[in-house]
Amino acid sequence: MIPELGHLALILALGLALIQATLPLLGTFNHSATWMALARPLAYGQFTLLTIAFACLTYAFLISDFSVAYVATNSNSLLPTLYKVSAVWGAHEGSLLLWVLMMAAWGAAVALFSRHLPQITLARVIAVQGMVAVGFLLFILFTSNPFERLFPIPPEGRDLNPLLQDFGLAIHPPMLYMGYVGFSIAFAFAIAALIGGQLDAAWARWSRPWTLIAWVFLTLGIALGSWWAYYELGWGGWWFWDPVENASLMPWLIGTALIHSFAVTEKRAAFKNWTVLLAISAFSLSLLGTFLVRSGVLTSIHAFATDPTRGAFILVFLAIVIGGSLTLYAWRAPSISSGGYFALLSRETSLLINNLMFAALTIIVLFGTLAPLIYDAFGWGKISVGFPWFNKMFTVLAPGLVIVMGISPFLRWKRDRFMRLIRHLWWLVAIVLAIKLLLISQVPIGVMIGMSLAVWLLITHGASVYERLQQRDRSQFTLKAAFIQDLRGSGRSFYGMIIAHVGMALFIIGVTIVSHFAIETDVRLSPGDSHVVAGYRFEFKGAVSSTGPNYHAERGHFIVTDDNGDHVADLFPEKRAYFGGGMPMTEAAIDPGLMRDVYVALGEPLGEGDWAVRLYYKPAVRFIWLGAIFMALGGLLAMADRRYRSTSPLAQITPTIAASGSIKP
Amino acid sequence: MIKHRLIRGGAVLIIIGFIHTAALGFTLEQFHFDSAQQETTFRELIGKLRCLVCQNESLAGSQAELAQDLRREVYEMLRAGKSEQEVISFLTTRYGDFILYDPPLKPSTYVLWFGPIILISIAAVFMLRLLLRGRSPLNRNDALDPQEQQRLNQLLAATIADPNNPTASSTIAEKSHP
Amino acid sequence: MTIQSKRLSLFVLPLAIFIALVGLLLFGLTQDPREVPSPLIGKSIPTFNTPDLIDPSRQVTDAELRGHITLFNVWASWCPACKAEHPMLMQLAQQAGIQLIGLNWKDERSAALQVINSTGNPYLFIGYDRDNRVGLDWGVYGAPETFIIDRAGIIRHKHIGPIDQTVWDDTLAPLIKTLQAEPHSP
Repeated sequence: MIPELGHLALILALGLALIQATLPLLGTFNHSATWMALARPLAYGQFTLLTIAFACLTYAFLISDFSVAYVATNSNSLLPTLYKVSAVWGAHEGSLLLWVLMMAAWGAAVALFSRHLPQITLARVIAVQGMVAVGFLLFILFTSNPFERLFPIPPEGRDLNPLLQDFGLAIHPPMLYMGYVGFSIAFAFAIAALIGGQLDAAWARWSRPWTLIAWVFLTLGIALGSWWAYYELGWGGWWFWDPVENASLMPWLIGTALIHSFAVTEKRAAFKNWTVLLAISAFSLSLLGTFLVRSGVLTSIHAFATDPTRGAFILVFLAIVIGGSLTLYAWRAPSISSGGYFALLSRETSLLINNLMFAALTIIVLFGTLAPLIYDAFGWGKISVGFPWFNKMFTVLAPGLVIVMGISPFLRWKRDRFMRLIRHLWWLVAIVLAIKLLLISQVPIGVMIGMSLAVWLLITHGASVYERLQQRDRSQFTLKAAFIQDLRGSGRSFYGMIIAHVGMALFIIGVTIVSHFAIETDVRLSPGDSHVVAGYRFEFKGAVSSTGPNYHAERGHFIVTDDNGDHVADLFPEKRAYFGGGMPMTEAAIDPGLMRDVYVALGEPLGEGDWAVRLYYKPAVRFIWLGAIFMALGGLLAMADRRYRSTSPLAQITPTIAASGSIKP
Repeated sequence: MIKHRLIRGGAVLIIIGFIHTAALGFTLEQFHFDSAQQETTFRELIGKLRCLVCQNESLAGSQAELAQDLRREVYEMLRAGKSEQEVISFLTTRYGDFILYDPPLKPSTYVLWFGPIILISIAAVFMLRLLLRGRSPLNRNDALDPQEQQRLNQLLAATIADPNNPTASSTIAEKSHP
Repeated sequence: MTIQSKRLSLFVLPLAIFIALVGLLLFGLTQDPREVPSPLIGKSIPTFNTPDLIDPSRQVTDAELRGHITLFNVWASWCPACKAEHPMLMQLAQQAGIQLIGLNWKDERSAALQVINSTGNPYLFIGYDRDNRVGLDWGVYGAPETFIIDRAGIIRHKHIGPIDQTVWDDTLAPLIKTLQAEPHSP
């Protein structure tokens, strides 16, 4: 019964989405306040129905109802409860359900937190969300129904893919989807603005916090995926430029450009045409990612089981949503005023370069991901494009981006003077050059460049904070008091920017060091043997059999000691065979540290208690994810800026303005 | 057991959500090298060669049998004193450029290597034309049109009055005293 | 008017690029990304010398493949798709004007012999390639694979996956017909 209830809830959600996509929007055309007022309850209703559907599926997993085909293929009665829950989104059907549930949650959140939004804008935004939801619900109901029954009922489920039986991967998809789907809000705001012809500073101010929070989730989601790949896959890498990884990186890159572009649109009413295009692109690339992952067009290591029917369905859906949006853009955008004047040397120009760089990086990722397909389509042969190509392309462009990042906080809006800039920056440049000279003979050239870029970011941002505080009334505030007062006021988006950029510096440090100084060794060890890697002695005590809830394991024991013979860690890497069948799994053991990880993975048993073992020394690898955490924190702080928490008076003012319109003739 | 992954054809629909082969552990052959340099060459080389039968994995990361065979082949060629280039051309004459994660620069890969430059140039021209459109000295003092200005002022007035809000005050100041 | 149309073309650019992208993805849906075409097409067959599966004292070499239109079929006992294609091969073995040579790839001799003994032997000779020495030179990356070789010893086509009636009728039979029409090399 329960699965049927879930199925019914899905069907009702589709019906509701159809109403949501049409009535409020029609209301905006015939000025029916009643129809427009439906937007809010419809958004709540949609969220409620999808929550019911999701709860039903979760229940089916919890009670191991193997009469549901999706449960039977992705769960097992022995599966630990945590993974029974995460198995709900462990495969195609359930992950799509999670996706629409989250989209409805975002819609409900907009309805809840945007009391100050003009009714007409809210009606449009919720309607646009409804349209996207219709597409996804049709997709689920017609090609990927998670509630489909199975007969005869199998006595036992096939088990969740062992790779997904891991905490990191249990929470990675929800984070990532929150990011992808969160961009639907910026997208809906952009479409609503294009429909209404109101693309102004207020639009940017409404969209910006939603975009920031989506970006924060996406940042964390990508970082989690990378971290998971690092500790779970046993090859010690953290990014492989796999099509599926790229699919998540593209919306992130465009999303990053978008939050910067919003700054210009909000403060200077400039870049409007460009910002709205970015808002459309960020969500479009999220949809494109969904297509790439689920259609089987590209070979990826993480691809979902693929099915050409599903691929064709998503492609049609993509064509309607993105094609429709871009048509609307081509139609409405020419009439949007291009916005404020700015001089060649100004904050605007630096953000323009930032946007251009991020657009360029996105083009590289998109082109590189699709290049094998392009080659195939034109009959130029079959090629592979992998990490060497992407790394080369990124290392050519990224340093330029980082240099501009360091200058940007010093630049003034609208117009700045070159000499003023030089006065502020010369000593920072001098420090970086000095560091370069110091390092050049000591370390590889890549390390010299990477480290000096990181230092450049750190000192320029430190200096810009100092300068900001200096400008406060010194008689009234000490620096510390000025800082606290600044944080309470509208300084949060500034400090958010600083923290996110410091995160970038940490990320650069991590990437630079781990890619130049990591050490990897494969050895054969007998019990009692030891091997030294980068000053760490790994003593192998042997491997014993052990049993987990749904697997057998061979569990190795290593004692790691440092140069002085001091004990560092006991590591227990495992080789697991899950009862559900499939290939044996490597469960690496890691002793994490801020400055280095030591990492052991068991390879194959070689007989007589010997094992093939892979030992890694990974310096500064944690900086990569620490950088991502800083970026996310920065985003959160920026979102908490006071000016986004505008209160009710707005709601009374805006409708009159909305009626007056602001489209330029 | 591993062989089944080499099998093609038939309607073998894998219904599990993720197809994955990387984490399935790895096979470590016992390779002995003449020099540390040779070992580095070997590790770098198998890192940038693609395992043909895997989803998207290098020879280094895969434990498919074909990957093991090719690793062994690469190892034997290097031990026999063959250069990296000779190994690469040996493999590409048999399996095609598909096996290379790092396609060399040659006429057939010009599109790959220079394509992004062309696309980025198009994007740059597009973006600049978009952003600098109508950016004439005429509207240099008129960052926001009057309606927008009014709207923004109302918005700013609506946010909690904050005398120490530099953004708000400076934005307005800029407009009134160009 | 020109300014208007110029403006318009600027804003239509994103849409145009997207349409091109959809075209590309549509093409992608019709392709199998895992199929790797062989660079050996149009080239002379690689030389090899490997023991015969049935009679290990005798050698199978590339010389057996020359001078005839040959189907060089790579198979193994562990490969279910090869079992599926076996009856088709038995049928093809009756065809005049072509010869069928097998390569038993990465297999155990006893298991391979058992298949041949129980289901019949469509091949003129079967090379035994347990260690993938021959397969490597031929760029074999799975089983079954079938190379079509003309009388001059040039590889003309490679079929990846099992041969069934449709593949035979649509692709292989017409190709073989053209190969037969080609003049014998002196």
